[in-house]
Amino acid sequence: MATTDVAPQGTGGQLGRKRIVNDMSIQVATVNGSGSQSSNTVLLRAIFQMGVPVSGKNLFPSNIAGLPTWYTIRANKDGYVGRKKEIDFLVAMNAETAQDDVMSLAPGASVLYDEPLALDKLRNDLIFYSVPYDKLVAAVCPEAKLRKLVKNMVYVGVVAQLLAIEMDEVEKAIRKQFAKKVKAANLNLAAVRAGFDYAKASLQKRGAFYIERMDETAGKIIIDGNSAAALGCMFAGCTVVTWYPITPSSSLVETMIEYMKEYRIGPDGKATFAIVQAEDELAAIGMVIGAGWAGARSMTATAGPGISLMSEFAGLAYYAEIPGVIWDIQRVGPSTGLPTRTSQGDILATAFLSHGDTKHIMLIPNSAAECFSMASEAFNLAEQFQTLVFVMSDLDLGMNNWMSDPFEYPTTPIKRGKVLSKEDLTKLGGFARYKDLDGDGVGYRTLPGTDHPAAAYFTRGSGHNDKSNYSERPDDYEDNMERLNRKFETARSFVPRPEILKGANAKIGIIAYGTSHWGIIESRDQLRNEYAIETDYLRLRAYPFTREVHEFIEQHERVYVVEQNRDAQMLSLLKLDLKPELIARLRSISHLDGLPLDARSVTDELSTMEGK
Amino acid sequence: MATTPAEPRSSEPKTNHIGLTVIDYKGGKTTLCAGCGHNAISERIIEAMYDMGVKPERVAKLSGIGCSSKSPAYFMNRSHSFNSVHGRMPSVATGAMLANRNLIALGVSGDGDTASIGIGQFVHLMRRNLPIIYIIEDNGVYGLTKGQFSATADLGSKLKSGVLNDLPPIDTCTLAIQLGATFVGRSFSGDKRQLSTMLKAAIAHNGTVMLDVVSPCVTFNDHEGSTKSYKYVKDHEETLQEMSFVPHFEEIDVEYDPGTTVNVTMHDGSHLRLRKLEEDYDPTDRIQAMTRLTAAHDKGEVLTGLFYVNTKAPSFLDMLNMVDEPLATLPESLTRPGRQVLEAAMEELR
Repeated sequence: MATTDVAPQGTGGQLGRKRIVNDMSIQVATVNGSGSQSSNTVLLRAIFQMGVPVSGKNLFPSNIAGLPTWYTIRANKDGYVGRKKEIDFLVAMNAETAQDDVMSLAPGASVLYDEPLALDKLRNDLIFYSVPYDKLVAAVCPEAKLRKLVKNMVYVGVVAQLLAIEMDEVEKAIRKQFAKKVKAANLNLAAVRAGFDYAKASLQKRGAFYIERMDETAGKIIIDGNSAAALGCMFAGCTVVTWYPITPSSSLVETMIEYMKEYRIGPDGKATFAIVQAEDELAAIGMVIGAGWAGARSMTATAGPGISLMSEFAGLAYYAEIPGVIWDIQRVGPSTGLPTRTSQGDILATAFLSHGDTKHIMLIPNSAAECFSMASEAFNLAEQFQTLVFVMSDLDLGMNNWMSDPFEYPTTPIKRGKVLSKEDLTKLGGFARYKDLDGDGVGYRTLPGTDHPAAAYFTRGSGHNDKSNYSERPDDYEDNMERLNRKFETARSFVPRPEILKGANAKIGIIAYGTSHWGIIESRDQLRNEYAIETDYLRLRAYPFTREVHEFIEQHERVYVVEQNRDAQMLSLLKLDLKPELIARLRSISHLDGLPLDARSVTDELSTMEGK
Repeated sequence: MATTPAEPRSSEPKTNHIGLTVIDYKGGKTTLCAGCGHNAISERIIEAMYDMGVKPERVAKLSGIGCSSKSPAYFMNRSHSFNSVHGRMPSVATGAMLANRNLIALGVSGDGDTASIGIGQFVHLMRRNLPIIYIIEDNGVYGLTKGQFSATADLGSKLKSGVLNDLPPIDTCTLAIQLGATFVGRSFSGDKRQLSTMLKAAIAHNGTVMLDVVSPCVTFNDHEGSTKSYKYVKDHEETLQEMSFVPHFEEIDVEYDPGTTVNVTMHDGSHLRLRKLEEDYDPTDRIQAMTRLTAAHDKGEVLTGLFYVNTKAPSFLDMLNMVDEPLATLPESLTRPGRQVLEAAMEELR
């Protein structure tokens, strides 16, 4: 059966001797809607259970069924979990893309393919393994209807055998995947075994890649950023969620619905929350604002097109000073753009979302753990500063599988900000909604329904004085805008501080944020090892920028700002903040293809810009 | 130690059944034009809230943008108010009611704010049956931008400049009934008795109340040729019923004849009595309501009255199955699950 396997010519002999352990990326090319997600998750989990650091990235089309999709699993002993540019092991299940997929591989890579595709004729510098999937599936799956789904489990078995992934762990992963469906688990397990046995009997291992047991994942979890955010919001005491479905944010709220139903409904069957699917993003943010005004911890989740629609309301919330949390799971724009690809392209638009002088607080998580922890921070900041807080996640973080330490239970209590109660009003006799009593720019508010004759005030998006009365007076307008600016300046000291990683006497700095982090930490090692370039690295976690950001730029001769957009959006925000003499130190490295940032691209570009 | 005898009671102002005077329901001085129908509506709101003994602190006034949407500043200063963005009050009101289900939401909108820019949010509010009193102060034109047509302007109605409206109007009442609002009527800012009665019944209702109140714009749409002028409405008004209202805190002492009068028992136990002026009209029949409204259009009538009422349908808040106390003020112990919950969630992900 293995006669179609072709030994790579030229480099073949060398390949056979090399042994590369726990450092590879496996790409599975399939058709979406074919059920390959389960197979890929099983493969990912089996490697994870062997203690090897992994990540899983789904590159999928904006389509329900029938278009090509690629899933990449990266296993890396050093803990690099960003995207790796090169594919080491291709599982070619999609006839439509198989040729292109094979042609794009670097020499020496392995290809596992469906026998009828006869891909081995395409190149002679790769290692090919062919598998007669249909025959193997027919033997284990009598029901013809199910064969299409089960077929994908066969490659799990073949890959496990070829890469030395332990079958016990594969079985465990299957049992977890099909937790309550014993029959399905058994059927899928049979398919995996068929693949494994076939590979053992008929394929001769010639590739260099192996998985070996390590101890780097004990106690860790695997989760996507959206699920982490959902959990985070539940523990942040969120009470009102309003949303409109949009890729890649929908799963955040859908997961949250599941968690809230499980953990936020009392023994009497009554919910401590309301989740409402709105008619569009305008209504979603309108509800967030109405609920925030009336005292709820309210939120929505959206993506770029939704952010654009929310623009007018965002200005209202800024000017009338109403708390709310908006998750922006960024995807590629402009316009509809590439709905299923990742980007950091909403930074500039969101920072100043709406007309007039408007600016917003943004938090930028880089990991599932930060999606969880920043949820609580976002709600506390929103209520403390009586304003919207945008959490700028992205598709790579939100929808892909990440390894993470288990989340830490929030240690900061829920802070409701400056809210006057009935008792406070009795003591004070009255209040002026926008009066800056504490010098921090933040006034005191009351909630509708507060049972005191002096509680009410008139909230408006039109010009107002500090008593919230309508005013067109130039001094009232100016005073109010200056106070809002003071409030934003106060926020600088309260938003999450950046993470700073130092090199050895580095003169060069790197600034990045969000998911770029994973490419950057790997690239810094590449730059050191391959080019002897030492770098310091600052990871932004919030806007407005804290003091540390200015200091970091002052301390470096050149600072590379790496981001996943065309126009160097964060660099533009930095320019607005910096002293003129520091601006010239900034250099832009932009990544624009809609794929998660990989280390190699950064290393290549930065080393070139450094003249290496 | 007080030796002074009590003052004679006659000098004390009149109070309602919760002990408040009508002054407690007043708002700021209006900045709308003298004679604007909207001011009359504000007066009727004050009257109805006072008569019903609604605590002003329980009321949330919500509005969009336009002359109508400014009017919440001119009544009930002791209620929180939110003048939001153009055409989007329904979503803000929805959010506020999610946060605090004990509020009484009073939304004030205009015909442009509802039927033109706000039609999207309007229709979705109607289909949710959120507890809210939604009033359209309907004059068929944009006042604040000096008299352009809105989407409720009638076919053939004329602007001051002589421009004729050549598009059919959106009938907000027909829409509201079709989409699920449970208390739908039309009135006229000049009809004190009918509007006041309808507002009181609205306060007693649990669900979406949609009242389209024709409210002439004295500055831009009160001329010959306009179908929203005082004169036109007076000449063309057809009224479905004569209404009276017995609030829940008063004894029912008036007999009624079930042959000529429909009795509607409201959610809070109040009674709305509708003496039929059109013999066969049944305000619980949606299809009849929509048919009658369509006929009114064809005949050029300004039909007023309670078109449709349904006191049985669950409200949006009922369907969400929330705790009784407002979500807004739930303590951390109820909104942040314990450590064991996080541990269980983590275990599932290992």
